[in-house]
Amino acid sequence: MQYREPGVLLWRGFTLQEFANQCFGNKADYGKGRQMPIHYGSNKLNYFTVSSTIATQLPHAVGAAYSLKMDKRDACTVTYFGDGGTSEGDFHAALNFAAVMEAPVIFLCRNNGWAISTPISEQFRSDGVVVKGQAYGIRSIRVDGNDTLAVYNAVRAAREMAINEHRPILIEALTYRVGHHSTSDDSTKYRSVDEIEHWRMTRDPVDRFRKWVVNSGLWSNEDESELRSDVRKKILHAIQVAEKLEKPPLADLFTDVYDRLPENLCEQERLVRDTIKKHPQDYPSDVPV
Amino acid sequence: MSIPMLRLAKWGLISKRCFSNTTTCESGKTVNLFSAINQALDIALDTDPRSYIFGEDVSFGGVFRCTSGLADRYGKHRVFNTPLCEQGIVGFGIGLAAMICITDRETAQLQKSSLQIISFPLLIRHESLWSQIVNEAAKFRYRSGNQFNCGGLTIRSPYGAVGHGGHYHSQSPESFFCHVPGLKVVIPRSPQQAKGLLLSSIRDPNPVIFFEPKWLYRLAVEEVPEHDYMLPLSEAEVIRQGNDITLVGWGAQLALMEKACDDAEKAGISCELIDLKTLIPWDKETVEASVRKTGKLLVSHEAPVTGGFGAEISASIAERCFSRLEAPVARICGLDTPFPLVFEPFYMPTKNKILDAIKATVNY
Repeated sequence: MQYREPGVLLWRGFTLQEFANQCFGNKADYGKGRQMPIHYGSNKLNYFTVSSTIATQLPHAVGAAYSLKMDKRDACTVTYFGDGGTSEGDFHAALNFAAVMEAPVIFLCRNNGWAISTPISEQFRSDGVVVKGQAYGIRSIRVDGNDTLAVYNAVRAAREMAINEHRPILIEALTYRVGHHSTSDDSTKYRSVDEIEHWRMTRDPVDRFRKWVVNSGLWSNEDESELRSDVRKKILHAIQVAEKLEKPPLADLFTDVYDRLPENLCEQERLVRDTIKKHPQDYPSDVPV
Repeated sequence: MSIPMLRLAKWGLISKRCFSNTTTCESGKTVNLFSAINQALDIALDTDPRSYIFGEDVSFGGVFRCTSGLADRYGKHRVFNTPLCEQGIVGFGIGLAAMICITDRETAQLQKSSLQIISFPLLIRHESLWSQIVNEAAKFRYRSGNQFNCGGLTIRSPYGAVGHGGHYHSQSPESFFCHVPGLKVVIPRSPQQAKGLLLSSIRDPNPVIFFEPKWLYRLAVEEVPEHDYMLPLSEAEVIRQGNDITLVGWGAQLALMEKACDDAEKAGISCELIDLKTLIPWDKETVEASVRKTGKLLVSHEAPVTGGFGAEISASIAERCFSRLEAPVARICGLDTPFPLVFEPFYMPTKNKILDAIKATVNY
């Protein structure tokens, strides 16, 4: 998994509280406070834990898909990445392996034109990503990533082909990154405000879908403002609860490196605890010792 | 340069610390190292229907013949070639291994972990592998808070000098991986050890890198029990008792060290020789106990001396046994050059380099 797909988790049933617990690294975080915010993972929801490295998850998805195929499961895997990720070796390794192994996996590329400050013209000179799938012998779909229904239908078709025909499918969803890459990024340093505003005002996929549901009589402005205020309250509540919850205990620093604590880690835990006793002022008070 | 393989034969019976069902050592056939590995892989595939072997040229039997016959016996879906791409092989293996976490949950059963055995017939030598091993395999359990793991993964790779390998076919990269929490690194010294340690590595619930001494594939011959047995990880073995100095090594280097011990004995020096077997997490206690007895330590490995695992052993023993040490810890290792071709005999930590260091340390 990459760290841009909280929507998938939300859809599968990850609660706002579970999101908040991970972001605050409290004792209820399944990752035990070990990773940066938005590195979610859920065994219950079949969602492998996110790592910060780019595209390393792609070969994993192929291996996992091979396992599903060997177990004769009516299922496929799906993995997500951006345009920048397609320059990584792991992207090419994964596509080639998936094609050769006939693994039921969907590669979903969110081509939003920017890898932090690097535009796609400095990323590749091919006609986008979709042609790379074809070159590996993978059936590939290019879809307007700002058209919710088109994306839904493309993924639905991809899933059917992947499972029924035991084959990988690549989807390239063309879109634009309106926001900054992260809280430490100011994207107006490398692209024009006009460009951003153009996409925001005229091509916003949320606006587009809203218009469709409103025109279809499925949704109204009142429904929307109610939902927004309701979700806002729930998020704030989840954040408050997560913030108050204590951090994971110190023991969690040492567990899970291996299935059992080896002797060197037992020794290092004793040393750390001795130092804490001597210099308690050096350590955060909210981590239970 | 020749290595006296008959020495290996005399190490004979499986360690008494063997934790498998091998309490008595039934006699086996005399086989070489690659055949012993082949037996271990055969047993692994036979005892766990969810085990797979894949990698470069695995299907026809491998460049070193370690996977001979396995594709025929277990099918092309479980023993197969992959494209020539190391990062893809390891990444694929991680995903395959991690699926056991989901199927276990769904079936609410405690199965043995799914075993993947990856084979690199040549050598781990591609830096593109780094991210998959270091950032992915090693951290998979820790970063998920133990929701997921890829502990079924075992990565087999040849390592070490072979007399004509040059830069890329002779490297000993073990210390790189010893600096990565979450991995285990195991190196056997002989056919019998290789079979038992490989089966333990495959069944260990953590990712293991298993380095096979390339030089010994055909050269090392000893009696190997045909049945399923395991030798414990993270337990060193004293393979020669002595009182004057402790020698620590692993893999192919032990045969040279054994020969140096023989020569030292003729000069009246009694050496204790320890096979570390598992480099991380390593068995400090056995080495410490020996150094407390002898007061002197020599470590030897083929990898370059600077930053090699010998440095870690020296530092740890200096911490634990400082007042007991009667001489500086000696390190007889490879030079800090790329592994050379023509100059290999000069690069290598040879028997006489070891012997000289034994004498110098004992007479310090």
